Amino acid sequence: MAARFPSTIAAWRQALEAKPRHNLPSLLANLASAIDRCNPGLNCYIDWDGGEVQKALGGIDPEPRPGAGPLEGVPIGIKDVLNVKDQPCHCASRILEGYISPYDATVVARLRRAGAIPLGRLNMDEFAMGSTNENSAYGPVRNPWNKDHVAGGSSGGAAAAVAAGVAVAALGTDTGGSIRQPAAFCGCVGLKPSYGRVSRYGLTAFASSLDQVGPVTRTVADAATLLQCIAGRDPLDTTSLDVPVPDYTAALGSELGGLKLGLPAEYFADGVDPEVTRAVRAAIDECRRLGAEIIEVQLPHTRYAVATYYIIATAEASANLARFDGVRYGARVAGQDPLDSYQRTRATYFGPEVKRRIILGTYVLSSGYHDAYYLRAQKVRTLIRQDFERVFDQCDALLTPVAPTTAYRLGERIDDPLQMYLGDIFTVTANLAGICGLSVPCGFSTTGLPIGLQILGPALREATILQIGHAYEQATNWSAQHPPHGREAIQS
Amino acid sequence: MDVRYVAHLARLSLTDEEAGLFQGQLQHVLDYVQELSPLNVADVEPTAHALPLQNVFRADEAAPGLPHEQVMANAPQARNGLFMVPRILE
Repeated sequence: MAARFPSTIAAWRQALEAKPRHNLPSLLANLASAIDRCNPGLNCYIDWDGGEVQKALGGIDPEPRPGAGPLEGVPIGIKDVLNVKDQPCHCASRILEGYISPYDATVVARLRRAGAIPLGRLNMDEFAMGSTNENSAYGPVRNPWNKDHVAGGSSGGAAAAVAAGVAVAALGTDTGGSIRQPAAFCGCVGLKPSYGRVSRYGLTAFASSLDQVGPVTRTVADAATLLQCIAGRDPLDTTSLDVPVPDYTAALGSELGGLKLGLPAEYFADGVDPEVTRAVRAAIDECRRLGAEIIEVQLPHTRYAVATYYIIATAEASANLARFDGVRYGARVAGQDPLDSYQRTRATYFGPEVKRRIILGTYVLSSGYHDAYYLRAQKVRTLIRQDFERVFDQCDALLTPVAPTTAYRLGERIDDPLQMYLGDIFTVTANLAGICGLSVPCGFSTTGLPIGLQILGPALREATILQIGHAYEQATNWSAQHPPHGREAIQS
Repeated sequence: MDVRYVAHLARLSLTDEEAGLFQGQLQHVLDYVQELSPLNVADVEPTAHALPLQNVFRADEAAPGLPHEQVMANAPQARNGLFMVPRILE
């Protein structure tokens, strides 16, 4: 059945172009009422009250500007970790209660330049630490396919909102899978760009050698459009690369002839849910049918990735989160002296997972343990990076599952952090190696939960993985499915 | 790991309940990361950063920063355009 509401950037632009003068206010008001209906059940937007839409409606110029940008009039949801001027940026933490951003993150400024309207604060795990969105001070996000299941994390609000049709598209962030895994759990598209492809200025840092900002969308074409708008060198982020941004949309076609795709044996080992393996294997067959050559490859250090990641990510987080001390912004608990005030402020306002990671990160960096944990992990990171360098000499991209399972039940892993971390095995590797990764829907479990195909490409080869994802998506119809707790099912 | 000592280094005070819970959970994680111990990494260079970027310079030119009052608007406690903190010296 054709969608009744514009749920893609392309559809929204088409609806606008039909009647530019009248359509934007009515499209926005209609979207706002869909969010009003869906959000109480899904909790994908933090503190949603519709006020932003009123404000956006007041500020828009109903006349299209000459030379309108590719996102003219398109609302884009923003994960609560990215600064939008004059809006709260809680990072789903109570420690940033009351904080109002004095500036736009570069990615947000670039969206505005392209004509987009940043809309809403999308829920997430506190400071992006988590894989289920249960670590939010604003409550968990529920999966629009089954509300007893998690949306994934940490960009759970972004993925649930896009899958439910209550965000046309969104920006998320991915430090160890936080865009790709929730996209897979919710049945939408998520792209983690290569390290250095997109500016992080205005992104609240979690792990600075791993963090990237990227699109969460309903289609691969929309992901290409969004990446086009946000990619490229930013003088305000010295880790953003000064290399040309290719035309990502031009690469999209329907065939995969001439491409060689690798299947890393380690990603198809025991312990992966058979339903996930089956769906991913079927997707691989489809890619072969579309003309790709499929080969087997090895990434022998995969089994060390989770341990490596959780040492490096927590070490960096312990340093990055030192800035939250109640002195310059956010909440503060008074104390007898500054040290007492820092300790009480942090103890009162950080949630348990953030505390655990700060403690672990502090420990692996502490005198006497630094070499055994942190330095060793950095060396293993080199081995993991070299694994990828070797396989990308043999093939253009890799096809793997995004996660070993479908979306967990709410509460299933929250008491066992290690079990939670182990679920990140197939996504953390891309962040450690600095390469790019795309998650595209590739089927459903027998219980109706989405399954994602991960396409990994060499650094700065986003065009290749988008090309593969798009051709696969065009040959299947998973992206056209709408969940029972989303806009298409609920809004009349 | 002595959770209370490490938490102190990180400027976090813990309740007894938290200290007990985290001690067990983090020990479990530390046992798991022992996975890396058997690997021989003696001759491997560490990766701090996935990019070969080094020494990114820019021209040293003055540019306007955020307006002072806008930055101070987020202060939990401020006076005369300064951040207020508890007294350090008697």
